Amino acid sequence: MSGHSTFEPQNGFLKWMESRLPIAGLVHSSFIAYPVPKNLNYFWTFGAILAVCLVAQIVTGIVLVMHYVPNTTLAFASVEHIMRDVNWGWMLRYMHSNGASMFFIAVYIHIFRGLYYGSYKAPREVVWILGVVIFLLMMATGFMGYVLPWGQMSFWGATVITNLFSAFPYVGDAIVTLLWGGFSVDNPTLNRFFSLHYLLPFMLVGVVALHIWAFHVVGNNNPTGVEVKDSNDTVAFTPYYTIKDIFAIVVFLVFFAWMMFMVPNFMGHPDNYIPADPLVTPPHIVPEWYFLPFYAILRAIPDKLMGVLAMFGAIGVLFVLPWLDTSKVRSMNYRPLGRQFFWIFVVVCIGLGYLGGKPAEGGYVLWARIFTVYYFAYFLVILPVLGFIEKPKPLPASINEAVLAKHGDSAAAEARA
Amino acid sequence: MITLTKTAVRALVVAGAMAVTSVGAMASGEGGHKYEKQDWTFSGPFGKFDKAQLQRGFQIYREVCSSCHSLDYIAFRNLGQEGALGYTDDEVKAIAADYDIEDGPDSEGDMFTRPGKPFDHFPSPFPNVEAAAAANGGKAPPDLSLIAKARAASVGPDVGVEVFNDILRMIWHPVTAYQEYGPDYIYALLTSYEETPEELEETVGDKYYNPAFGSGVAIGMAPPLSDELVDYTDGTPMTTEQYAKDVTSFLMWAAEPKLEERKRVGVNALIFLVVFSFLMFFTKRKLWSKVKH
Repeated sequence: MSGHSTFEPQNGFLKWMESRLPIAGLVHSSFIAYPVPKNLNYFWTFGAILAVCLVAQIVTGIVLVMHYVPNTTLAFASVEHIMRDVNWGWMLRYMHSNGASMFFIAVYIHIFRGLYYGSYKAPREVVWILGVVIFLLMMATGFMGYVLPWGQMSFWGATVITNLFSAFPYVGDAIVTLLWGGFSVDNPTLNRFFSLHYLLPFMLVGVVALHIWAFHVVGNNNPTGVEVKDSNDTVAFTPYYTIKDIFAIVVFLVFFAWMMFMVPNFMGHPDNYIPADPLVTPPHIVPEWYFLPFYAILRAIPDKLMGVLAMFGAIGVLFVLPWLDTSKVRSMNYRPLGRQFFWIFVVVCIGLGYLGGKPAEGGYVLWARIFTVYYFAYFLVILPVLGFIEKPKPLPASINEAVLAKHGDSAAAEARA
Repeated sequence: MITLTKTAVRALVVAGAMAVTSVGAMASGEGGHKYEKQDWTFSGPFGKFDKAQLQRGFQIYREVCSSCHSLDYIAFRNLGQEGALGYTDDEVKAIAADYDIEDGPDSEGDMFTRPGKPFDHFPSPFPNVEAAAAANGGKAPPDLSLIAKARAASVGPDVGVEVFNDILRMIWHPVTAYQEYGPDYIYALLTSYEETPEELEETVGDKYYNPAFGSGVAIGMAPPLSDELVDYTDGTPMTTEQYAKDVTSFLMWAAEPKLEERKRVGVNALIFLVVFSFLMFFTKRKLWSKVKH
């Protein structure tokens, strides 16, 4: 969004409109003429993929609501009604339930991309913080959505997670009562979760708009982490990145379609095909897979309150990350040490996810503790300290120079061969 | 300083590797029934139900299972719909009419019994959950409409270390489109009844010993199938294994009556998306060929 819009309306109506509400000019400057670094790799397509996920969830969700009944005695049967009797209901429902997982797969790749390329550093702190807010809203939405079918895992997952709030001194019990709308997870709980599950996605749309607005002010980061210097470094968003994004979206949809049509229950839990029964506790209560790393952190700590604080802290620490990382260099491509710690961090997060799905006993807990320590150490010790001791590799003078060097290298390599 | 940090990094990598192996070693000692992957006609991207098999499975449900287990979400009309058992409308009407359905109240305010119609659901063998529990040793037999999706056998590559098994299966299941852990469990359960070992007699008590039962080894359900129990008229072998295969297929259909439609639509959607992705790839490549990036 550098300078004024270059949009020049061609026909009379658009000219009339543009002088009253310049919305066409806004679209033009944001999504057509918008200059984007020309060296972005495919990890930068996940923003567009996430936008598709959000829209798909909202559209399928709105139709599902036309058939779903938010009542403890009817919810489970209404979902089965959708699966069996509603035209294309099985497809909408599987698209929505698998879509939630796709949304989280995409958002985790998007977040790790930001971590690797230092996309949270000045001047993109606000973009990053808005992103963390989006992540929190997604988690709340996903959690409440999982409760709606009112299966065994819905009920017991809701019971376990809402109970966590009781760990807070003085206000804990009041918070839990408020979440439940009573003294146990019951119909009022289901009703308020349903209401919020419908509300939060629209709040997401709002925060996503702010997220996009903020990064259109500061411009895209890129794999070198070097800021755009002039127009040699960029291409117009349309057609270059619209086509690249569409290609990536379609490839992502191939994966999405495979999962929702061929293994639609792979990412769910069999117990959620058993209607909720407050009198029968499942042997292993596990949340959806995308919460498992945080669930592992929660259970790694023997004290309930400290566990809850650590779990929230694991996300809270992301808010201050822009000020914890002291390195002047954004991209891990030029940070020989940071890069190694980053990949260990990735393994630790996946490891925590694995451990979160295992019973909290014996060696599982021990390793969850070790990984939890590394998770926090990465943000609170490693990134702050590395900025002072690490000797980064020399940065290219500009994006264009980095691109030319890359092509020069490959041309030289071809000449040698 | 940098060498020091590098050493620290290497140490952490080693620690991580140890973490993985020791968690695995620790867990692989635990027992657990070894489930086997069965061949199902409805498995894989092109899977379809075998209509004759579903009809045999339905016969078993009707003659054996239905004396204790309900099938709440299935209506008689479902038996004749596309991708189901292949019955004609008249056959569905005849099947429905075999059942007595309680209806009402009539204009006098009285409940009455009438022959079933295609829109009726299968009647439950017990009037309520309490009656079902009272008649079955305190625990109501589960409804079978969704049982094939509500149970899971752990099936897949086995390298002897739990953590590696978990990782391999996490990849193997979606890649091979394996989604039959429910049917594999039910088949194992129906065919794994054994004489109670002496050392377990106290645990099993007046229940039945079944090592494939997911929660403990003592199951309340008596062995439901035995050779020659149900009369097949089409020459299919009348063995426990065959019965188990047939009724499990029927239960999978009951749990997912739109399975065939799902796979058919899925294959078409995937073909469309793959072709589309190639078109977009070449478009993208042509467009970007003029820009060094």
